[in-house]
Amino acid sequence: MTPQSPVLLVVIPLIFAFLTLPFGWWRKGLCYPITLVALSLSFLASLHTLHTVITTGTIHYWLGNWEPPWGIEYVVDHLNAFVLVIVSFVSLVVAIYSKRSVEQELPEKIVFFYCVFLLQVAGLLGIVVTGDMFNLYVFLEIASLAGYALIAIGEDGAPFASFNYLIFGTIGACFYLLGVGYLYVSTGSLNMADLFQILPDLYQSKVVLVAFAFFMVGVGLKMALFPLHVWLPDAYTYAPSTVSALLAPLMTKVGAYVMIRIMFTVFKPQFCIELIPVTTILGWMAAGAILFGAVMALAQTDLKRMLAYILVSEVGYIALGVGLANRAGLTGAILHILNDSFMMLALFLVVGAIMYRSGKREISQLRYLHRRMPFTMAAFVIAALSVIGIPPTCGFFSKWYLILGAIDASQWAFVAVLLVSSLLNVILFFRVIEHAYLEPDEEHAGGGSELAITIEEAPLSMLVPILIATAGIMVFGVLSGKIISTVIQFAVPKCF
Amino acid sequence: METIESIRPLLAVLVTLIGALLIVFTGERHRNLREFWTILVSVLKFVIVISMVPFVLEGRVLEYTIITLTQGVSLQFRVDQFGLFFGVLASALWIATSIYSIGYVRGLNEHAQTRYFFNFALCLSATMGIAFAGNLLTLFIFYEILTVSTYPLVAHKETEDAIMGGRKYLAYTLIAGVVILFAIIFIYTLTGTLDFKPGGFLLGRGQSTTLIFLFALLILGFGVKAALMPMHEWLPTAMVAPTPVSALLHAVAVVKAGVFGCLRIILYVFGPELLHNLDLWLILAYFAAFTVIVSGMYALAQDNLKRRLAFSTINNLAIIVMGAALLTPGAITGSIFHMGSHGFMKITLFFVAGAIYVKTHKENISELDGLGRQMPLTMGAFTIGAMGVAGTPPICGFISKWYLAMGCLEAKQVIFLLVLLISALMDVAYFFPIIYNSFFKIPKEAINPHLDEAPAMMVVPLVITAVISLILGIFPNAFFHFFNLASTAAAKILGGM
Repeated sequence: MTPQSPVLLVVIPLIFAFLTLPFGWWRKGLCYPITLVALSLSFLASLHTLHTVITTGTIHYWLGNWEPPWGIEYVVDHLNAFVLVIVSFVSLVVAIYSKRSVEQELPEKIVFFYCVFLLQVAGLLGIVVTGDMFNLYVFLEIASLAGYALIAIGEDGAPFASFNYLIFGTIGACFYLLGVGYLYVSTGSLNMADLFQILPDLYQSKVVLVAFAFFMVGVGLKMALFPLHVWLPDAYTYAPSTVSALLAPLMTKVGAYVMIRIMFTVFKPQFCIELIPVTTILGWMAAGAILFGAVMALAQTDLKRMLAYILVSEVGYIALGVGLANRAGLTGAILHILNDSFMMLALFLVVGAIMYRSGKREISQLRYLHRRMPFTMAAFVIAALSVIGIPPTCGFFSKWYLILGAIDASQWAFVAVLLVSSLLNVILFFRVIEHAYLEPDEEHAGGGSELAITIEEAPLSMLVPILIATAGIMVFGVLSGKIISTVIQFAVPKCF
Repeated sequence: METIESIRPLLAVLVTLIGALLIVFTGERHRNLREFWTILVSVLKFVIVISMVPFVLEGRVLEYTIITLTQGVSLQFRVDQFGLFFGVLASALWIATSIYSIGYVRGLNEHAQTRYFFNFALCLSATMGIAFAGNLLTLFIFYEILTVSTYPLVAHKETEDAIMGGRKYLAYTLIAGVVILFAIIFIYTLTGTLDFKPGGFLLGRGQSTTLIFLFALLILGFGVKAALMPMHEWLPTAMVAPTPVSALLHAVAVVKAGVFGCLRIILYVFGPELLHNLDLWLILAYFAAFTVIVSGMYALAQDNLKRRLAFSTINNLAIIVMGAALLTPGAITGSIFHMGSHGFMKITLFFVAGAIYVKTHKENISELDGLGRQMPLTMGAFTIGAMGVAGTPPICGFISKWYLAMGCLEAKQVIFLLVLLISALMDVAYFFPIIYNSFFKIPKEAINPHLDEAPAMMVVPLVITAVISLILGIFPNAFFHFFNLASTAAAKILGGM
């Protein structure tokens, strides 16, 4: 019997999203527990899915029992089972965190917030779980529309940033939809596995080539791959803290997942490596993203905006791994989907907590923060070390595989980019750490007498998620070998 | 070579990590309890490390694998003679430094003491990890942890100088880290393994140009912490740190970790045979000899006592690397033993500098006239340390220099013997005036002619380390077969030839 978990993990948040409206109308306070229940169930379902995939192999779930390629099919293999667990877990952690932050930032919109929040998660999970090109588009639009709405309820600049994102996002979605249309015209199928079988005969067809180009541009826009990233910094800077913490780790990663899915399991690796040099182009774009993101981040004085640019650079790492098109590179890319989700989660949650307590975001205003919020700042330091790539945090291991892949591919320029970006990240983060931890000389001239600064740590419902994310960064670092040998090595397409 | 599974190396690393957490959670409110943790953990760590000596002396290797990191490479500890030698050295000196630190930070009423002790414990954990690492990746992991956890100590004073010193330290060491990482991954793609092996594991792998390139990268990378010239600039700048930090980290843990890394690369990754085949050993020896001479000249020109000691450290570290590069039994024994003997002597000298600073707030050599009358114990310890560094018998510096000199002759390279002798003369030239001035010169300003020393918490450790330097000079095996560890390590490395 086919397990029901792949469909449940999407349907549960979808149904609960609509339940929040009547219950929220009755009692505002019910929205938060409803969201938690929905996402916990969804997380359990995703764990069950991953477990099933590891023990029995790929799951094929026919929606409504319609046989593919006519009906919609959910296909869960190691790759998307892995991403599903990440998405559902990260959104659960953000949901736990959301309570106090939303109460402070959006007191009047709590009900709608949680409704759209759940829709967003359902959309993201749907994108990952489906095995059908058009169904993927539908979920992509659900996730994107929810994203526009969530970003628009943020602070002053948010509606404009969201509108900007909407334009870019819609263009991306249009490209994607056109691509789907072209493929349907030339093959008559929308099922990914089916397309994988049919397409090789049509690789010379101009229509298929154009469709592929449309996919890459569309997905590139969604995952904010340089130079298609322009919507991202504004959108994630002005969005409410909770929303940035949800979208920054997940939206880009899901985009990266879709890219891997299309390049290697809808089309064949040999198509995008040999027939047209997509992976090479992708590699150079990614190298550009890594450097551009880091350099732009250097120019920022606003901590959240700096993180947004770092995200652009992190997306570059994943794309670079894909662009290397060898086993080590792809392992690094897939591992980085996990690692970067947790790093970005931790960093954006920390910024949210700082905002919650002090309302400050300028890097130069962070003074004394290590005494006000010792745990939050400790989490920030660990996440920062991980982005830099200091072992034994998880960021080091994604870098290890990416560099390994670049050396295997004899791409010395990419090796240099990866190494230099580490150093740029050192400057980026130690600038913040210096401001937060070190104090101007004259203020401790009194010697051992400490200034009377009381601890004002973030509330427990915000601190615990931060600590969970930080623990994840450490644990995944040490366990990376285990993660790769149980999941990721099977997630990398067979031919590598 | 018998291998035994043992959890002791892991415990030696973990005990300080747990100690660090206890220190943070005890915090400023219970200072005495916090300091109690520091002392307790340092003693415990020493006991654990010492308990491994009998096994290793019998030629067995203690191994503990924690987890597989990537195909063919695990997070693994393997305690061999060389690693244990470094482990004994660092953990023994940490006890002395802990006691001294307490005297120092309380004597100066320093700020942020919890952060200070926390990072100190973290550093020691990382140092132990470096000493016991069974492969290059494990070594690198702890090496980077050491880099990061030392940063707050360098920048501790939070003055503009200190912050700049911290930045410079990070810039040097993290760039080096990136270089090392690249080389390690490259070696991994060549061999699929990173496990240390006495006599090296790279023989017969890869083309010789690739290997030369990798050797250069690794020596440049580890050479930064070992302060080989021209990558030494961070060390004198980092002297802005509190003196116990300079003492333990910049005379023992951090710089010795760099030297330890260099020696692991020379002796356990590339190995004597390969280096002979590639003719790299002589180039490296000249490279190090250059540093030996030039750093000695720099030291002569310094007036700040800690800076002079820093350049003397650079000088001695280069001697260790030079000895290892000669690849003869005597030279390797001498260079490993010099890691230890230099550790004891130099930490004494730094302790003295700190004691003088706490008592009189003097930092410059020109101000020390007549100080020997006021602080005879401190300056007496200084005399022992300085004479030892210069290689005077019967202090332990003599033993190591004796073996190094023999090594030069074994390698039939008289020029390096000359370098050693010149460097010894320069040691005399920059240390003995200090001794003379402090005991015999009449002070310009009135100095208390009676015994008036720094707090006992500082004087006792520095006297103890001075006495140990003396004892090690007479009985090199007095403490836990210290010398035997070095000589058997050398024998094992060359056994492969």
